[in-house]
Amino acid sequence: MSKKTMVNPRNAYGKALIELGKKHKNLVVLDADLSKSTKTIMFAKEYPNRFFEMGIAEANMISTAAGLASCGKIPFVSTFAVFATGRVYDQIRMDVAYSKANVKIFATHGGISVGKDGASHQMIEDLALMRVLPNMTVIAPSDATQTGQIVHLMAEKVGPMYARVGRADAPLIYHKDDLKDIKIGEGMIVKDGSDLSIISCGTMVEPTIEARSTLKKQGIKARIIDMHTIKPIDKKLVMKCAKETGAIITAEEHSIIGGLGAAVAEILADENISCKLIRMGIKDIFCESGDPATLLEKYELNEKHIVKNAKKLVKN
Amino acid sequence: MKNYDEKTINELELTAVKIRKHIIEMLYRAKSGHPGGSLSAVDAIVALYFAKMKHNPKKPDDPNRDRFILSKGHAAPALYSILAESGYFPVDELKKLREADCMLQGHPVCYCTPGVEASTGSLGHGLSFANGVALAGKLDNKKYHVYCMMGDGETGEGQVWEAAAVASHYKLDNITAMIDRNFLQIDGNTEDVLRLESVYRRWRSFGWHAIEINGHDIKQILTALDEAADHKNQPSMIILNTVKGKGVSFMENNVDFHGVPPNEMERNLAIKELTLLEKKLEAAL
Ligand SMILES: Cc1ncc(C[n+]2csc(CCOP(=O)(O)OP(=O)(O)O)c2C)c(N)n1
Ligand SMILES: [Mg+2]
Repeated sequence: MSKKTMVNPRNAYGKALIELGKKHKNLVVLDADLSKSTKTIMFAKEYPNRFFEMGIAEANMISTAAGLASCGKIPFVSTFAVFATGRVYDQIRMDVAYSKANVKIFATHGGISVGKDGASHQMIEDLALMRVLPNMTVIAPSDATQTGQIVHLMAEKVGPMYARVGRADAPLIYHKDDLKDIKIGEGMIVKDGSDLSIISCGTMVEPTIEARSTLKKQGIKARIIDMHTIKPIDKKLVMKCAKETGAIITAEEHSIIGGLGAAVAEILADENISCKLIRMGIKDIFCESGDPATLLEKYELNEKHIVKNAKKLVKN
Repeated sequence: MKNYDEKTINELELTAVKIRKHIIEMLYRAKSGHPGGSLSAVDAIVALYFAKMKHNPKKPDDPNRDRFILSKGHAAPALYSILAESGYFPVDELKKLREADCMLQGHPVCYCTPGVEASTGSLGHGLSFANGVALAGKLDNKKYHVYCMMGDGETGEGQVWEAAAVASHYKLDNITAMIDRNFLQIDGNTEDVLRLESVYRRWRSFGWHAIEINGHDIKQILTALDEAADHKNQPSMIILNTVKGKGVSFMENNVDFHGVPPNEMERNLAIKELTLLEKKLEAAL
């Protein structure tokens, strides 16, 4: 097995902010006492005048960002995913989504691989909470390269957006050239296959690619989709996968309720497409503290369990 | 007002050192967690559990117990080791902090650990929860007292001030809140991150009885707790002037030890310093 290059997507975010700050003089960044973790500190050092430390007061931060946006600024707002969504849901609903404000919420520490801080800090409902809001775009980039590209796209495109990455370093999946045509709202066929499609987002994309190699050795051809945009979801691509492979696994570091798996299930139901489906995710429970790898095994969200589910799905 | 003799104070100081040693060992083993804010909070929580609160570790659900709510949930190691040393669960459990399938979660959870009253970790909730417990106490004519500890950075949360208004409006004199005034949060000094200025004047202006003391002086803590408990018709706030990382020289006032555990060398050094202090206190006993 070749050694993987690990890069933290949070660093890619910080780096992209600096590039964007140079390009867009109206780009501003807000953080709530977590700038060292979210990496907005990189922007703060470069452009101290356009960085606003808001203290431990997330609700206030969101509404302030909406005010900044109403004056033509492009605010990027960052904190952990729990505090960036659940803690401030009404502020996002009124001042960002309902108002169609050009606010970009970029959250870190999404999912259970946050690890030892425990369930209080493991956000597994954010994609659902943001997806249910009209006007909101919801994104979960899968590696550092894609994160950088997505952050650029978020700045160029007008409208309310939410993006989340995990806490941990992540294996690099893409080279910049692989992403020349990346678009918000368009899923990517990373590897083709005909027996089933594995549609995932964020931290789960890389394990699905690993799982594909294992499956290949066992004669199962899996198509790998990186569905970085959960809303608006690439309906055409989901339908294509359903029709061409007849079996879909979705995988996300998120509750099986309301996120990517739910979005795919809704399409299959709405379009009356008969297709086998397994939704991998957190099964409607709060998890616990622990080492990330231990938790991903215990809650059945790793390569091993993708392979297991794929075999189950194809055999049936 | 009660007078505390030297021996009582000395014993509590010794307990506080023991708790600090637990904190260092726990975080070293877990390879994650929050040393700074755990160490600064120790003395007040020790005074509460070992001298002030009416509580029975064998009956953690006693309806008449005094309650302590750790709003700054990241200081869980301080609370856990004090609960263990009080007898709520075996001290050996402390070794498993933050491991899967363990009762000691990274941040407190009310149903996972005996003695933990409220699930915290998202800052800013604890005082509201304490208000609820205090209102129930008034409704039920119970004599219990409710304690709540917050961080100074934590009081940036608007919810804290909503709770401050409610406690004052309902004259919740069965609440004593405390602020661990260590002047540090994560991004730096509280006055640089989001200026607090006079914490004392803020709480006074919200209708609270405010007391400001040295948060590492056990005698001052006990005296302030007595004054607060006796104060009628107003909730009381004790501002604990503290040092983040207190008791470990290289962690003191060092923002880098907010959320980073000690490595092996740092752990050895910390334990050495604390053991020296322990010996000194034992000799004086
Ligand atoms: C709502 C919320 N926002 C952010 C955080 C992340 N966080 C954990 S501790 C901390 C700093 C706390 O500072 P302070 O209240 O002063 O605590 P202490 O100095 O006593 O550790 C932050 C921002 C959180 N736990 N909850
Ligand atoms: Mg502090």
